[in-house]
Amino acid sequence: MNETLTSARPDTAAPFRPRDTLAWRSPKGRLSFLMRPRTLVVCLALVAVTFVTLVVSVSVGDYEIPLPVVPGALIGQGERLDVFFVQGVRLPRALTAIGVGAALGIAGAVFQSLSRNALGSPDIIGFTSGAATGAVFAILVVGASRVVVSLGAIAGGLVTAAVVYLLAMRNGVQGYRLVLVGIGVSAMLASVRDYMMTRADLTDALGAQIWMIGSLNNRGWGEAAAVWIGVALLAPVLLALGRRMRFMELGEDTARGLGVPTRSTQVIALAVASALTGAAIAVAGPIGFVALAAPQLARRLTRTGGTTLVGSALMGATLLVVADLVALRALAPTQLPVGVVTAVIGGGYLIWLLYTEWRGGRA
Amino acid sequence: MTQDARLSGRDLTLAYDQRVISRDLAVTIPDNSFTVIVGPNACGKSTLLRALSRTLKPAEGSVLLDGQVIGSYPAKEVARRLGLLPQTSIAPDGIGVADLVARGRFPHQSFLRQWSAQDEAVVAEAMESTGVSALADRSVDELSGGQRQRVWLAMVLAQQTPLLLLDEPTTYLDIAHQMDMLDLCADLHAERGHTLVAVLHDLNHACRYATHLIVMKDGTIVAEGEPATIVTADLVEKVFGLPVRVIEDPETATPMIVPVDRRGVRRVHD
Repeated sequence: MNETLTSARPDTAAPFRPRDTLAWRSPKGRLSFLMRPRTLVVCLALVAVTFVTLVVSVSVGDYEIPLPVVPGALIGQGERLDVFFVQGVRLPRALTAIGVGAALGIAGAVFQSLSRNALGSPDIIGFTSGAATGAVFAILVVGASRVVVSLGAIAGGLVTAAVVYLLAMRNGVQGYRLVLVGIGVSAMLASVRDYMMTRADLTDALGAQIWMIGSLNNRGWGEAAAVWIGVALLAPVLLALGRRMRFMELGEDTARGLGVPTRSTQVIALAVASALTGAAIAVAGPIGFVALAAPQLARRLTRTGGTTLVGSALMGATLLVVADLVALRALAPTQLPVGVVTAVIGGGYLIWLLYTEWRGGRA
Repeated sequence: MTQDARLSGRDLTLAYDQRVISRDLAVTIPDNSFTVIVGPNACGKSTLLRALSRTLKPAEGSVLLDGQVIGSYPAKEVARRLGLLPQTSIAPDGIGVADLVARGRFPHQSFLRQWSAQDEAVVAEAMESTGVSALADRSVDELSGGQRQRVWLAMVLAQQTPLLLLDEPTTYLDIAHQMDMLDLCADLHAERGHTLVAVLHDLNHACRYATHLIVMKDGTIVAEGEPATIVTADLVEKVFGLPVRVIEDPETATPMIVPVDRRGVRRVHD
């Protein structure tokens, strides 16, 4: 059917491929893969940092467990107290941090990609605010059991997300409309929350206030399992859509012209990313800034012209597990809520990156 | 001819939400033509192009591509037959020229075929034929408007589609780059046998380059055919509300529109 087109001249120039990539082809040319070494190196480095931080997190604390003892304690051998702290307390907490960070990082990357806006994170588009309002409602009205609060957060977040999408939807979701509607809905929800706080008794209000900062204190295997199951089920869906999303960053018409089914991609990706955000918030509360900063950091480190989902997930995991270690140890024995630390570390790092980029004249 | 043309639309009602732009529109794009759609602002010319490129779903009627309703093909299948250069595209920050052109290969790629030898050759050729090979390693951000438009065109060429739809490809360019872009389109049409459909603003450009002209007003097609046979002073006045003289373009012998001098004449706007 393409007979009217001249096929490519075989004698054209030297081997050639997209910038900074390596190509591999099977001998007969049926299979071919493209890879960016820089992205791979960055991802491996993030995995390494996360792993080292994980080991350190398990080892240090008011009750020191020397590094050589840690591997044994992990598989349940050694002193009872060592095993208890490693298996029962520190490992699940660190794993929760990694899972929540990865979930927020990849969801943030999806929101930013689809809204084509660096501010398009769940914090800004109202999801976090909806979850917080749902949780506060659960704490103040129903009672403060962890499960109830989580369910309240998920319900609040999903309802808010649905409302924001529907309001912003007109011939597809458009980026800045999503952000603007999200900001408006967030402001309304914040006032509802404030009103509920003024009507609550002091203990409940304090509990709600602490929940809203986001924290990993006292998170155990239940929370770790919940968030990891969420990541295992939902992240692959987003990864499968990743290539389409990168094409949609060229503009919706251009992407459709290239054969990307834009509408279905948009709807599925938004729904799945919302669910993933819900899982993260349900487990750890609305930890700020990871979803906003991780995709930006990942894309600057990998220097891809667009979103990198894997990089964002790994960056989110690294950011949160490092922040949690700092939250635990910075003012020990007092534990800070990790949400306080993510804003300081993530924000500082992002500003530093932007600053060096502008000075280098690349921004 | 109507039956055999690769791209046509019948009984089209085109609308954005409730706002109807066109009703009962029938259009046929002659194969191997360089078809240009012209008309005053808001006459529905870009809307028609969007419908032909399946970017806008018709409220009623259907667009036929190679004998089938365009919406019944998988998205990638359409993209192997019909390429689209929209009015606005966004180049991601820092993307390289070759990377962007390579994205045109999307409809030919899959997870197991990410960068075949053919991809490589076709991208190289698309850059060659649009004259951007020398820019291959530059970032798109650094390019001038004219160069950038050539790069976008190269991306669409890399799709290797027999049909190319261009929505106001000259809009943001200065006069030299406008002519440059149109010459390039004409060469692609003449040398590589693409069927081209372009929306253009400038009537003189349309007359010079089109082999088939579609003139629209208020969502309907007022006239269509070869520019030399359909473009008259009457038609232009009727469609654009502008009194003109039509003379012969001294370069190409195609019709050329020269507005009548109305300085000092009191005008009544409707």
